Amino acid sequence: MEAFFDNIDRVIDGFSWTVRLTLFSALFSFLLGVLLTAMRVSPVALLRGVSTVYVETVRNSPLTLVLLFCGLGLNSALGLSLSGTVAWDVFWWAVIGLSAYTSCFVSESLRSGINTIPLGQAEAARALGLTFTQSLRLIIIPQALRTVIGPLGSVLIALIKNTTVASVAGLGVQEASRQMKLMFDQGIAPVLPTFVGFAIGFLVLTLPVGYLFGWLSKRMAVAR
Amino acid sequence: MSTQQVLFDAPGPKARIRHAVYTALTVVAFLCVLAVVYLGFNRTLGEGAPSPLSADAWRINPDGQWAAARWQPFLDPATWTDYVLPGLQNTLTAALTASCLALLFGLVFGIARLSDHAWIRIPAGAVVEFFRGIPLLMLIFFTMALPLAVNQLLPAFGLPPLTPGTFQVSALAAVVTGLTLYNGSVLAEVFRAGINAVPKGQAEAAYSLGMNKSKVMRLILIPQAVSSMMPAIVAQLVILLKDSALGYIVAFPELLRSFSLIGTRYGNVIPAAIICAAIYIAINISLSRLAIWLERRNARSGAQRGAAPPTAALTAPGNPGAPGSPA
Repeated sequence: MEAFFDNIDRVIDGFSWTVRLTLFSALFSFLLGVLLTAMRVSPVALLRGVSTVYVETVRNSPLTLVLLFCGLGLNSALGLSLSGTVAWDVFWWAVIGLSAYTSCFVSESLRSGINTIPLGQAEAARALGLTFTQSLRLIIIPQALRTVIGPLGSVLIALIKNTTVASVAGLGVQEASRQMKLMFDQGIAPVLPTFVGFAIGFLVLTLPVGYLFGWLSKRMAVAR
Repeated sequence: MSTQQVLFDAPGPKARIRHAVYTALTVVAFLCVLAVVYLGFNRTLGEGAPSPLSADAWRINPDGQWAAARWQPFLDPATWTDYVLPGLQNTLTAALTASCLALLFGLVFGIARLSDHAWIRIPAGAVVEFFRGIPLLMLIFFTMALPLAVNQLLPAFGLPPLTPGTFQVSALAAVVTGLTLYNGSVLAEVFRAGINAVPKGQAEAAYSLGMNKSKVMRLILIPQAVSSMMPAIVAQLVILLKDSALGYIVAFPELLRSFSLIGTRYGNVIPAAIICAAIYIAINISLSRLAIWLERRNARSGAQRGAAPPTAALTAPGNPGAPGSPA
């Protein structure tokens, strides 16, 4: 275990990238997910169609493919650069890929949340004369958000774990799992303690999120 | 709730105009995105390229990704027999093996977590939570490094190191192990939830008939749990199939790796990515459809089993004597 703690700065560096990836991707995928959901239930048929096709396409592609597409396809083929330094350039491409992928799951959770809201709520909103945007913003989305806190927590946990895929070729963000692989390969720390150390690191990230969202979903549950 | 009909009224003349405007805006935005993507992959975007308003920019660039030469390899049967089919075979082998093992793992640990004995329940819970909480990729990396770990640990027990080559972990084994442990743990939770969701009276009735614990589990609880959890199980198997693409990172020659090889060999990254995505999407959507179909069938048979008193069956004009209706 000593060799592992001698390299603790590398471990911390790895997890700092993991956390950064998670925070930015969570923010963007939430925003995009809400937008996709609003499109999915909107009165404009074309918006519904675009949203459905997007969600079904990206949700059914492997994340490795999505990130590889961002890394090799968009980054290299399009030649778009998002930041001056390579480390941040690949970071932002990874955030884009992870957000594009995760937003589909956010959207699916939100849609299932909307489906649990009793019909009377939307009918009452319409009867009061609220427009589509108003009834969505004031009545439907607040209640849907509260019922999907639990599922959204699962999506966030999945996102934390999915950030490891950002180490894929073409991106190669120096996040925790890549640091672990490098430490294995360079033989600077024994394998078993290194694995256990990184596993604990991930459990420290994922378990509290699980408990927090479980507690929140109980606390915020809509009483019916 | 089917929001579609309730969130908005049938549009009046003003709303119809507004919707038409929204549709037009969507079309414009969509076309802009398509144009950027088309021009970008056509390598006629950005500095030094002809203006997007000129016809030159839109002509298919022989150096770009849309050139016929880039798609030509996919018309060659050799591409499919040399790259795609072996890759697909490896993906399906890994996914099928891991599915079977994960279902077994899930069943064993799901039941173990419901055990009456704390010395079974608690370790099983710890194992499930551990493998569910850490990323699949780390499990794959660790399995790959297992021979190294064993060699590092043996001296601590006063044993000589392994002779090189006696203990190796192939990429396939690492991928299957990772997929099994992770998805097995998730399936364990699915099975546990399913067994818990079976109405209490079922187990009570079985006990009162004189069945013992293992019989109640085997004959009463598991069959009902599996049938009610079938959609969740299939959904998890879709995730497993998708996650098998992580094998790419450890150089397991699966479907994504084949397409990446095609992409580097013929310089057609984008066509390869599109066809690769199409194959994954086709497989996954058909599996998802299977899940939906199972769910519907389940709901239907449940309704027939449960409600529908005999009088209702008589008055219902549609299905006299439907299978499963109470006689």
